[in-house]
Amino acid sequence: MVSIWFFIGLSLLVNGVLIFGAGLYELWNPPAHPTVELFSLHASVWWGALMTVIGAWYCYHFKPGQKNVG
Amino acid sequence: MTIPYAFIVPARLVHLSGVDVVIIVFYFALVLAIGFYLRGRANTGEDFFMAGREMTAWVAGLSFLSANLGALELMGWAGSAYQYGILATHWYWIGAIPAMLFLALVMMPFYYISKTHSVPGYLKLRFGEPARAVSAVSFAFMTVLMSGVNMFAMAKVMQIVLGWDINVSIWLSAVTVAIYVALGGLRSAIFNEVLQFFLIWAGALLIPILGLYEAGGWSNLKLQIAQRASDQYVHLWSGLGSFTNNPMGINWIGIVFGLAAVISMGYWTTDFLVVQRILAAKDIRSAELAPIIGAGFKMFVPLIVILPGLLGLAVLPMKLVAESPAAAAAGAHTYNDVLPLMLARYCGPGLLGLGIIALIAGFMSGMAGNVTAFTTVWTYDIYRPLINNKATDHHYVNMGRWTTVIGVLISIGTAYLVMQFASIMDYVQALFSFFIAPLFGTVILGMLWKRATGPGGFLGLLCGTLSSIGMWGWVKADPSALRYVALSSDAKQLAQDMFQALWSFLVCVIVTVVVSLATNPKTDAELTGLVYGLTPVPSVGNIPVYQKPIFWAGVVGVVFFVLNIYFW
Repeated sequence: MVSIWFFIGLSLLVNGVLIFGAGLYELWNPPAHPTVELFSLHASVWWGALMTVIGAWYCYHFKPGQKNVG
Repeated sequence: MTIPYAFIVPARLVHLSGVDVVIIVFYFALVLAIGFYLRGRANTGEDFFMAGREMTAWVAGLSFLSANLGALELMGWAGSAYQYGILATHWYWIGAIPAMLFLALVMMPFYYISKTHSVPGYLKLRFGEPARAVSAVSFAFMTVLMSGVNMFAMAKVMQIVLGWDINVSIWLSAVTVAIYVALGGLRSAIFNEVLQFFLIWAGALLIPILGLYEAGGWSNLKLQIAQRASDQYVHLWSGLGSFTNNPMGINWIGIVFGLAAVISMGYWTTDFLVVQRILAAKDIRSAELAPIIGAGFKMFVPLIVILPGLLGLAVLPMKLVAESPAAAAAGAHTYNDVLPLMLARYCGPGLLGLGIIALIAGFMSGMAGNVTAFTTVWTYDIYRPLINNKATDHHYVNMGRWTTVIGVLISIGTAYLVMQFASIMDYVQALFSFFIAPLFGTVILGMLWKRATGPGGFLGLLCGTLSSIGMWGWVKADPSALRYVALSSDAKQLAQDMFQALWSFLVCVIVTVVVSLATNPKTDAELTGLVYGLTPVPSVGNIPVYQKPIFWAGVVGVVFFVLNIYFW
């Protein structure tokens, strides 16, 4: 049985990659008039990267076929 | 012709980009995929209604918390924090943590040993069929009604935040929940709730991080709030000496005895919506640890709910107002908009989509919680004992699947009913909390006092429930009655709720005690496994101290105490 933690890792990984990608795009193509406060912190880049790393770890650690299903 | 308030639509708060849409679509695809994946593991009653009783402490604990962490909870309490300040945190700390620890250490062993399927099921074992019938019917009725109310509220939020059509939101979310619960039962609901728990944190945690950065840290935030509102907005206890010294219009008696001792105890220990998740634990140690894990995380939920509300007070350029037809017509932002406003303030493409699915996930977990609890109570506590008690296990599983679909359809009907009569929402939410207080009185007396009898439990529950409805109706008909019900004419709505709960609990306890003393008790043998003192509580095993539930309950208790002192 696939672990619940694998599904969580998958969700964090996919969302993390999408957010990280969107952040990089904005980093390289900054809008003339940012619509959010603190745009200069580029939260999408580091938050997306953090989610990607955590998601990847969960996916690897709880990949299908493991015994621990939660 | 008057346009119903629900249809007055201000300009949408945010606009989604392509990547936001992809994130939202992926979320719906994943929760449905989990439902389809688990459909083959819900073939017996134990599987469908109790998730096979094989959940670990972590899964049961996070699901237990997630079922309570609905979108209304997130947005409503963020709005309350904007309106009342840090006092709203009482509903997360003293209004939750002691009750969760009490559930873990005192009550859980009895629920678990009795192998009941539900809280009404425990009442049947302890007090007999009449007590179960009152509890089950009122719970099923209110659960499905609440589910519809939440569905409408969430659809309205999506309409305001994203400009989505209200019908699309209702049907999309309802059909998704119906599919994954009907396919995989409680296991599917629990899996999705744990997933939703992570998404809620991932989507909402950036707001306090970036908000505190913008405000210049906690000390500067307190100064700004004191300037824009009042110093009392950042103190938990120091203004609770009287009703008039704090923005909430409540005193410490209402918080300690009404909220902490009755409403919170009632909700966290007897509301089957949350207790059902713990009953799915794989063993007694997991069942005790699960609420403690939930309590540990519950203590930090104010980070993503209360703090954004407080930050809104300090950094938002506009002043938010109470919800009213006039405010809606003027296009003004209300208290309940504070969380989406903060989301739009800091979150660009991608992060915005994540924040939106945090809200959707909160809604779906809350709705799935209501639906699974309704399905179990209907099948095991109403249909089986009162309508058809000779069917096969397979028949009851099918009944569970169909009840899931029917429950969702009734919820949709309720949502449209609320759309026409928006004030129903206030009444239903108030009434729901009042049912909980007397139920707690009945369950706790049943567990701790062996002299309590069946007629005592039944009449106590009935009188407590009727008294709470009576008090609520009394104040509705004559607002000046507030000075009797809440002990002060300065009391506000939340204070009234607290005192109403306290009185209805006392009515339940007094009636139960008096009637029990006048009727014949059950024998000790009949009460074994159901009452404290007559039940050998199983040991969690010979394990190191740091693995014992009591140790972690102590850790949570110490952190809870320190937090209250720090924010005094």
